[in-house]
Amino acid sequence: MTTFDFLLQGLAVAMDPMILFYALIGVTLGTAVGVLPGIGPALTVALLLPVTYGLDPAGSLIMFAGIYYGGMYGGSTTSILLNTPGESASIVTALEGNKMARAGRGGPALATAAIGSFVAGLLATLALAFLAPYVVKLALVFGPREYFALMLLAFVTVSAAFGDSTLKGLTSLFIGLSLALVGIDQLTGQARLSFGVPELLDGVEVTTLAVALFAIGEALFVASQGNVGVETVEAVKGSVWMTRADWARSWKPWLRGTAIGFPIGAMPAGGAEIGTLLSYATEKRLAKNPEEFGHGAIEGVAGPEAANNASAAGTLVPLLTLGLPTSATAAILLAGFQQFGLQPGPLLFATSPQLVWGLIASLLIANVMLLVLNLPMIRLWVKLLTIPRHWLYAGILLFSTLGTIGMNPSPVELGMLLIFGVMGFLMRLYGYPIAPVVVGLILGPMAEQQLRRALSISQGDWTTLVSTPVAAGILLVAALALIVPLVMRLRGKGAVLAQIASDED
Amino acid sequence: MTKVYIATERRPNGAAFIVAAGLAALGALLIWQGGAIPDKGGYAGIGSGDVPKFVGYGLLALAFGHVWSGLRHGTTGRLHPQFVPVLWIVAGLALQLVLLWPAGFTVASGLLFAFTAAGFGKRNLGLTLPIGLALSLLIYGVFDQLLKLKLPAGLLENLIFGG
Repeated sequence: MTTFDFLLQGLAVAMDPMILFYALIGVTLGTAVGVLPGIGPALTVALLLPVTYGLDPAGSLIMFAGIYYGGMYGGSTTSILLNTPGESASIVTALEGNKMARAGRGGPALATAAIGSFVAGLLATLALAFLAPYVVKLALVFGPREYFALMLLAFVTVSAAFGDSTLKGLTSLFIGLSLALVGIDQLTGQARLSFGVPELLDGVEVTTLAVALFAIGEALFVASQGNVGVETVEAVKGSVWMTRADWARSWKPWLRGTAIGFPIGAMPAGGAEIGTLLSYATEKRLAKNPEEFGHGAIEGVAGPEAANNASAAGTLVPLLTLGLPTSATAAILLAGFQQFGLQPGPLLFATSPQLVWGLIASLLIANVMLLVLNLPMIRLWVKLLTIPRHWLYAGILLFSTLGTIGMNPSPVELGMLLIFGVMGFLMRLYGYPIAPVVVGLILGPMAEQQLRRALSISQGDWTTLVSTPVAAGILLVAALALIVPLVMRLRGKGAVLAQIASDED
Repeated sequence: MTKVYIATERRPNGAAFIVAAGLAALGALLIWQGGAIPDKGGYAGIGSGDVPKFVGYGLLALAFGHVWSGLRHGTTGRLHPQFVPVLWIVAGLALQLVLLWPAGFTVASGLLFAFTAAGFGKRNLGLTLPIGLALSLLIYGVFDQLLKLKLPAGLLENLIFGG
């Protein structure tokens, strides 16, 4: 069967009323958390994992993916109207979008963001559908050493390549790797670092860590910054529809943003921020009137927003085909798959094609839903921004602990939530990135397994790790991704890298 | 834009040394625990205890990195975050942890809600506590009764929903 047939079958799965309902809940929730400052898609999926334990796997995963897509849409609203990005991939949108809103052109800014997200989401999801089978074929020839090399590459790009300090990124990663070692060794059954506490034998739950770092750590950090006064929400004046000139200026940036965002999301390069920045720079260079940039150029909203959504779809390529998460949200999505006993990878395309293709097809439908949710109902979402912070964060903390209490009702688990929450707060305070901890926790055991398997096959010969061109090539790229930014920072060129710091999503 | 208080320059960087000490301690713990595992590694040559040792050595290296950068750069120094709000929220979480099993989900989580609101400047417990309790009770009803998620019940939950 061809991809097209699979996609049609997937559409049949996705058109099931129950599945449509799950997708609708997902995109609605996703938009809401994207709009709200302080919570992002990673946290929302982590909070929902325990709740969906008894629900339909396909429906739940479709809901999670809908949250991911919705978060990318919703984040632009906050950026444009509040000048505070709702999620980290929308930082660039705030540059031009908020200027447009202040000039009374908030409507067209929101429209170009929403339609650009739609175009990019649609194209990138189709690209995902047509690319995935090829990556799966490629992945079939991958052995443990290639997987190990890929995981090392993901470690390096997530922790060390971007952000303001290699040292801090690697520290975060190693904290995650240490936490990953707690519990029973999956290859031998040996208990490690559990110190006789039975609750620790199961290891540190990804959801507990993610909720602690993203919800509790973030709430503590925001509280510690004191009362910063009320930020002004720009009202949406006039029509949300774009003029003919707006359309003419937007459609090329949409396509370029998609072309930039998708490959960057698909490579293990960590997060959607890089694509948005590259797209912004490209638009600025290609614009007919570059002097408008910085004063509300519509191209500067259209391009990055498209790139942002395209890279969200791109992230799903390594996640679905290789089981390799390249962002915090993807790591949590992987935990979602594992909760249902599913391991993303080439095998999943063979064993549960209806699930994989149903998921991909629902993303197409989710995009249509998101366009409808975001354009005519934009004024409704803006109301969310008027919720006072004390109610918002009190609610977030209540739901955060609820997830842990529901899934693992033990004082040890709640204690971990508190300890990791304080750790997350201190890390935020001192500028240590959060995402590498989560990625280290989930990828650490997988990397260890692949390493030990590769060495078992070669009977302890370490040169096996570089004995194929693919593995050696990936390791070389990983080494370059570690060393080049290090040298750049030492030579005082770190500012560029600090700008593309990957934070949450 | 939100003003964010992050550390400014001061030398030598005390915080870096504290982080270094913590990393070194964690690294030493991993190496000790890895070494305590009796495992020869079989065909692979590395077993359960070896990866903890690798990570432990990595942490030691990072600890040295922190000492080095703390002496050389001293990037971070004066912090003025407000700790009172943080303490309110931490106290709320600790209180929930302690009270959850004796008093039940509603009371413990209602207190967390009120304490968090206090941390964000809403100190009027007479208003926030009832709201928190009502919300927690509603959540208990929805999740425990409808979604069959087992939440710890106390006197209040047993009275309302039956034990």
